[in-house]
Amino acid sequence: MVRLGGSIMNTSYIDRVHKWGKAWNLSMTGLMLMYPVIVGILFNALPDSRGLLLGLLATAPMYWAVGIIETFTYIPMLGAGGSYLSFVTGNISNLKLPCALNALEQAGVSANSEEGEVVSTIAIAVSSIVTTLIIILGVILITPLTPILQSPVLQPAFAQMIPALFGGLGVVFISKNWKISVAPVVLMLVLFVFVPALNAGTVGIMVPVSVLFTLGISRLMYKKGMLD
Amino acid sequence: MEFNINSPVLFILSGIVIAAVLAQSIFFLVKAWKRGREIGMGADKLKKVAVTASIFTIAPAVAIVIGVITLSKDLGVPLPWLRLSVIGSLSYETIAATNTENAMGLTFGLVSNLTAKQYVTIATVMTLSILVGVWLSPLVAKKVLGGMINLEKRDRKWADIFINSMFIGMISAFLGYIFSDVSSVARGSTAGLIPVCVMVVSAVVMCLAGLAVKKFKYHWISDYALPVSLVLGMLSAIPITAWLG
Repeated sequence: MVRLGGSIMNTSYIDRVHKWGKAWNLSMTGLMLMYPVIVGILFNALPDSRGLLLGLLATAPMYWAVGIIETFTYIPMLGAGGSYLSFVTGNISNLKLPCALNALEQAGVSANSEEGEVVSTIAIAVSSIVTTLIIILGVILITPLTPILQSPVLQPAFAQMIPALFGGLGVVFISKNWKISVAPVVLMLVLFVFVPALNAGTVGIMVPVSVLFTLGISRLMYKKGMLD
Repeated sequence: MEFNINSPVLFILSGIVIAAVLAQSIFFLVKAWKRGREIGMGADKLKKVAVTASIFTIAPAVAIVIGVITLSKDLGVPLPWLRLSVIGSLSYETIAATNTENAMGLTFGLVSNLTAKQYVTIATVMTLSILVGVWLSPLVAKKVLGGMINLEKRDRKWADIFINSMFIGMISAFLGYIFSDVSSVARGSTAGLIPVCVMVVSAVVMCLAGLAVKKFKYHWISDYALPVSLVLGMLSAIPITAWLG
């Protein structure tokens, strides 16, 4: 994230972002871990050892593996400030990253520039604040909102958020990068249609697979002069 | 103190963590805004980024509120409020809660009164299993982004293609996922076509917005094209589901 107006700039701002990010995220790790600890102390309750062990064994290995791969996959796309925020506030692929991509597109700046770093951080920070405030509002108004938001009429709309999001986003990015898009789109379509194991639960695992495949294809096309 | 899944103390504890999340977001927003101004970005441009991001976030955030409501039946309000305000998702929290409740002989969705012990167990599993990105990103982000800086210095054109390829890779995976139930048509069910039709509606709306910008020079449309395509796509799911579901 160093280009601005075509020139390489000094990285002192980015260095400071990393310093702030480290302090915030390590503090947030501690704070999040404190929730079950403090609840346990206040209510004089230790975790159920069998439930904890079996629950962790059934849940953690997959999510740790996915978490490690996602960290390395999403950081280059989110930028420094965006990464530190997104990995605390979550909803990366279905909200924060599309929000940052849209902001970069509207601002007409490259993700590989300092302007891009600023734009994606502002977009992700604002998105996080708005999300948090809407959830607070939802919690305060949970009783009157429940019958409305869970009504059978509205349920299909919220169930189809991902197709509604990636339809629009796909048009913008594929039309601008169609040469490098054909192979990964075709591959993912074929895999998701013909491999029954691939579904909502495994799409997170397929993101790094698709990213690596696209990088490989793009490198090949670039070397052969097909992207000039 | 007597335990209750909706105890005021739990609301206070969740509120403290969420306040810290809010503080972090405001901190990075202020720093990025100041930096943007320092490098010559206009306040109007930055304001536009913020407004677009806010509008874009509303529909997905309401979907997260639905997640809080869904999980609150088993876990009370404070824990889902916390979990879905920090890194987490309805699907992840449901899986973590289901696995832990099963291990304790409970059935997710049918629990009426969790004990403090069961609650602490579920909260611990939920927290420990998803924290990787929170602590790993500060350890590796500088190195990963340093690699991007070196790439940029060595070959700027390839660096641009590299980052676009990452975006396209991510989008391709989700486009593939939208088609994952299409094969159900062969078994006589058309429900698998619902996400495909919704995607098409959203894509058409985006194309029309692009045409309006190009043909009629309505540049303001492009600021709201993605949120509008998202909301219209979601709304189209209602009649499409009634038709194909």
